[in-house]
Amino acid sequence: MASFLLGAAGFVLLMVALGLVRILRGPGEGDRLMAAQLLGTGGIAALLLVAVATRAAPVVDVALALALLAAFASVAFVVGAPGAAPPGPSAADDR
Amino acid sequence: MSLLRDLFTVVAVSAGAFFFLAGTVGLLRFPDPLSRLHALTKADNLGLGLVVLGLLPHADGWLGALKLVGIWLFALLAGAVAAQLIARAAGSAPPRA
Amino acid sequence: MTPPLALDAGLAVLVLAVAASTIAARGTFASVIGFVTYGLLLALAWVRLSAVDVALTEAAIGGGVTGVLLLTASARLRRAEKSPAPAEHPGLVLRVTAAILSTLVAAGLAAVVLMPASPVPTLAPAAMANLPATGLGNPVAAVLLAYRAWDTLLEKVVLLLALLGVWSLAPDLLWGGRPGPRHLVRQESPLTLLAQFLPPVGIVVSIYLVWNGATAPGGAFPGGTILAAMWILVMQAGLADAPAVGSRTLRIVLVAGAALFLAVGLAGFVVADAFLAYPAGYAKPLIVAIEIPLTLSIAATLGLLVAGPPARAPEA
Repeated sequence: MASFLLGAAGFVLLMVALGLVRILRGPGEGDRLMAAQLLGTGGIAALLLVAVATRAAPVVDVALALALLAAFASVAFVVGAPGAAPPGPSAADDR
Repeated sequence: MSLLRDLFTVVAVSAGAFFFLAGTVGLLRFPDPLSRLHALTKADNLGLGLVVLGLLPHADGWLGALKLVGIWLFALLAGAVAAQLIARAAGSAPPRA
Repeated sequence: MTPPLALDAGLAVLVLAVAASTIAARGTFASVIGFVTYGLLLALAWVRLSAVDVALTEAAIGGGVTGVLLLTASARLRRAEKSPAPAEHPGLVLRVTAAILSTLVAAGLAAVVLMPASPVPTLAPAAMANLPATGLGNPVAAVLLAYRAWDTLLEKVVLLLALLGVWSLAPDLLWGGRPGPRHLVRQESPLTLLAQFLPPVGIVVSIYLVWNGATAPGGAFPGGTILAAMWILVMQAGLADAPAVGSRTLRIVLVAGAALFLAVGLAGFVVADAFLAYPAGYAKPLIVAIEIPLTLSIAATLGLLVAGPPARAPEA
């Protein structure tokens, strides 16, 4: 079970690592942000898998802190991205 | 009983890993930002959700299980808000070649 | 190859790949994203090295606050110089020198880690042996707040000095004003929803981390960083305005942590015959009493570091 969970953690990390290509290539800032978001969620999943595999409960706290900060960071990055439109209802939303 | 529990974990975690794979493939292969966003949010919701579901039987009592579900909920919230904001930014930007 | 080894090897390769892509990325935004990702992977690496306290702090600082700080800094630089003159790009000599110096430092660190003196000098047994005297259960907390409390105190002072450095970037007539532009509250924006929903959760998690830090990984620094992140979120959503840097209450909050720490340290001369010595039996309550204002000070300092120098003239 522990080996399977660690293997799953490795697999998830490998997957999101491929998303790194988007950080380098991604034609827009949104694409780079998406890749970072994917890496964040994958990192949380990997941390949880490692926590249960090694029976180390404090690692779940690291995943908790990461989840909170992923929320904060993704928002801060979208708001602070160069040339970003201000968040909020725009003209296109009026129906 | 323990075998059933382990089987459940293996199935759920494998399904979650599959959704991460799908999300990554989508992020790399879809043609425009909005559809890539669609793939990303599937990885977020279902990928992490299934992994958390699979780990719940191994959690540290009720508090541990609550923490795991809480982590998934915050990741959902982060993903939902980020997706909205990215979509607005991508939608209002001039189309790129 | 066993799964743990595969995981660790994959993680090591991934860390190197992200570092390389951060350096290779064009444009500051891509580099900052790469840097934040690098911090996240480092947190995972620390977990694999069984240093959970460090992983927690790395996730908190590298994953959130430093990334936003770098982003705002790069935005300021972009505004300040629209296009750098060709002469301002670093020349070949500078780049080669930087590469050589980086390689030397990396090689030195690798040599120290891979070829340690034998027996490996370590204070870990002594740290664990004296743990009961401090009343704490977490050896990292004991090192930070009991054995090396002096270093922790100085770090907090350094944080304040960094904040002063950022504030000094403001022109004279803006000194004492509020940092950053006034963000407007957007109706029906997901940002507003997040800024209303997340901070209460963040506050609870922060209190949990600080309280739990005495016996399990946690402590004032990760707790304070999460508080700072929540505050920054609220400011960016426009739900609260940044405080004027001249405000007395703000300055008291900023200084309270280090000041209380120093006061306890000086009292140690009188009560326990050494600077920063705790009287027997009172170690844990004193440490907890120090950690609470310390957390608030760290949160305020980090939040203001991200908010930046004063940008609006002080009101009468």
